[in-house]
Amino acid sequence: MENQTVFGNWGGSYIPEILHQTFEQLQDEYLKARNDPHFWQEYSDLMSTYSGRPTPLTYAENLTRHFGGAKIYIKREDLNHTGAHKANNVMGQGLLVKRMGKKRVIAETGAGQHGMATATMAAKFGFDCTIYMGEVDVQRQRPNVFWMEKMGATVIPVVDGSRILKDAINEAFRDWVSNVDTTHYVLGTACGPAPFPEMVSWFQSIIGMETEKQIKQQHGKPPARVYACVGGGSNAMGIFQGFLGNSDVELVGVEAGGKGIKSGLHACRLCGSDASPGVAQGYKTMFLQNSDGQMLETHSVAAGLDYVGVSPILADLAEKKRVRFESATDSEVMQALDLTMKMEGIIPALESAHAFVQAFKEAPQLSADEAIIINQSGRGDKDIFTIAHAFDDPSWKKFIIAIAEEYNR
Amino acid sequence: MVKTMILEEKLRAQLQQKDILLMTHIVLGYPSFHVNRQVIAQMVGNGVDCIEMQIPFSEPMADGPVILKANQDSLAAGTTVKQCLEFGAEMTAAHDIPFLFMTYYNIIFKYGEEDFFMAAKAADIQGLIVPDLPPEMSPDFFRFAKTSGIAPILIFAPTSTNSRMDELNTSADGFIYCVARRGVTGAQSEFDGEFDSYLNRCRAATSLPLAVGFGIRDSEDVRAISGRADIAVIGSKTIQLVDTEGVEAVGPFISNLR
Ligand SMILES: Cc1ncc(COP(=O)(O)O)c(C=O)c1O
Repeated sequence: MENQTVFGNWGGSYIPEILHQTFEQLQDEYLKARNDPHFWQEYSDLMSTYSGRPTPLTYAENLTRHFGGAKIYIKREDLNHTGAHKANNVMGQGLLVKRMGKKRVIAETGAGQHGMATATMAAKFGFDCTIYMGEVDVQRQRPNVFWMEKMGATVIPVVDGSRILKDAINEAFRDWVSNVDTTHYVLGTACGPAPFPEMVSWFQSIIGMETEKQIKQQHGKPPARVYACVGGGSNAMGIFQGFLGNSDVELVGVEAGGKGIKSGLHACRLCGSDASPGVAQGYKTMFLQNSDGQMLETHSVAAGLDYVGVSPILADLAEKKRVRFESATDSEVMQALDLTMKMEGIIPALESAHAFVQAFKEAPQLSADEAIIINQSGRGDKDIFTIAHAFDDPSWKKFIIAIAEEYNR
Repeated sequence: MVKTMILEEKLRAQLQQKDILLMTHIVLGYPSFHVNRQVIAQMVGNGVDCIEMQIPFSEPMADGPVILKANQDSLAAGTTVKQCLEFGAEMTAAHDIPFLFMTYYNIIFKYGEEDFFMAAKAADIQGLIVPDLPPEMSPDFFRFAKTSGIAPILIFAPTSTNSRMDELNTSADGFIYCVARRGVTGAQSEFDGEFDSYLNRCRAATSLPLAVGFGIRDSEDVRAISGRADIAVIGSKTIQLVDTEGVEAVGPFISNLR
């Protein structure tokens, strides 16, 4: 994967002319960085001293016993600084921003993890920071909004469209065209116009590089299958790149099944048959859209997977049948989360829990001398309100009511 | 290259009689096709030289709040691409000025590029403005534009380098849409010295007429660009005017612009 702007039938750069020059500059800096071995060294040093990398690969002994099939390993991106894989991309882009001499960063965020990571990077590198976040997501990921603001970022709730991730991306682009000279848009996933899909995947490849070594050390051979949830596709691209060259390793992307793939309330772009080729948000991929090309509403309990498009690189890998795509429903996700917390003492983000669901379905079919890896893209702390609500937790409710009364006094 | 010339010739003929031409922008189906029809009649009756009709898209990335909301409301009311094409045909039959479609690339891509050009041709549309389609992304689009005789309107921006303008000019036809400033549609623009040198660069890069858009709101703005550009584009302002003062306000507003 060397400096591609188009991936099979997908990708490209469909941008307003006003951004043309800035994309040339970005493309330039990105290529310079890629060809400069010191850059990757600087990046991986930063990730080890600031972000706690390499993150561990954990053998989930109890889950393995429970399912009685393949050995289950979990790649722990939840232990990355800011609690998700998002920081890998953000710190990398932060280093590029320094090289480009820009002083302000903006970002979209769904789950708030990318916004969190961007606010963190901006605080560390001394940039001004504005985060766009759909109003619906501001509500469901409130803890992340709090921390972003505390780190000095301005969080702007987006009230247009479906008020979720895609709308935040549109708003970030509108800011960018207005402030292109001073501002870099830190796109949070492997989507958007080139070079973002490839560049974001490159920074995220640190996950796959680590995992490939770790599984060999711990298990003695490559895994049979690797599972990752797919929103825009950055954590999936990250871990898959450790194994793309080995055709014995099956790669499985898990999309948001929402209320079920037949309900229409989901975000399945590469599994199921509701999506079709389109061009929006600067790139060509499979979009959930109607026959006129208007984007549809998507649904997922996980804000980070609740998106109409998907990485053009994954659209290509799906078409080439290198990656298999499956989906997990909201309710399956809650069960997998519950089980993982109880058996392993690990709290996956709602997004990540989608990958767990599919791995749990398939583990029993594989023999005990095989290993499977689940990419735990993030930690579930941010989801405390959503998860508590889904579990209808009585003591949590009592606590919230008491706090509300205190503030009302 | 062989230019289709149809649109450019029409504009040049108008420019024989006027210092500056006026192009207005409407969002189809907002607030309704019925109101679109009345607004267009007012515009044409009061001297507008060319109208761009936006086929609404759910993700209008280059548009500011006014046009964004108009896109969303139109779609919420059920506007379809088919209705827009039919309405386009009705307008070109009713009025003797050039009409263009403006939309985002996905609408055309999804319809099928060749089919869309054929449908637009059948509706007697003279040009297409697609802000998220750089020429390098679809050679087919420009091939179909040529065979159908519909001018692909390209956009210059203040951030475009001279060599980029030259490159864009080789694919352009009809006129060049010069975005007055960085940003999205709607907000105010300054027509200062920096703007002058930008327009000079635009002139040097193309022999096509120059339209200036983004932030033109009143007769003062139109006067400011007269003699420097060929066409003033009024976008968000008339949409706001219809929202706040109704259709009747459009005629007097247009006739006072120059
Ligand atoms: C924890 C976590 N996992 C996964 C995702 C989905 O994004 P991607 O598909 O780019 O990894 C997000 C996005 O917000 C996230 O926060």
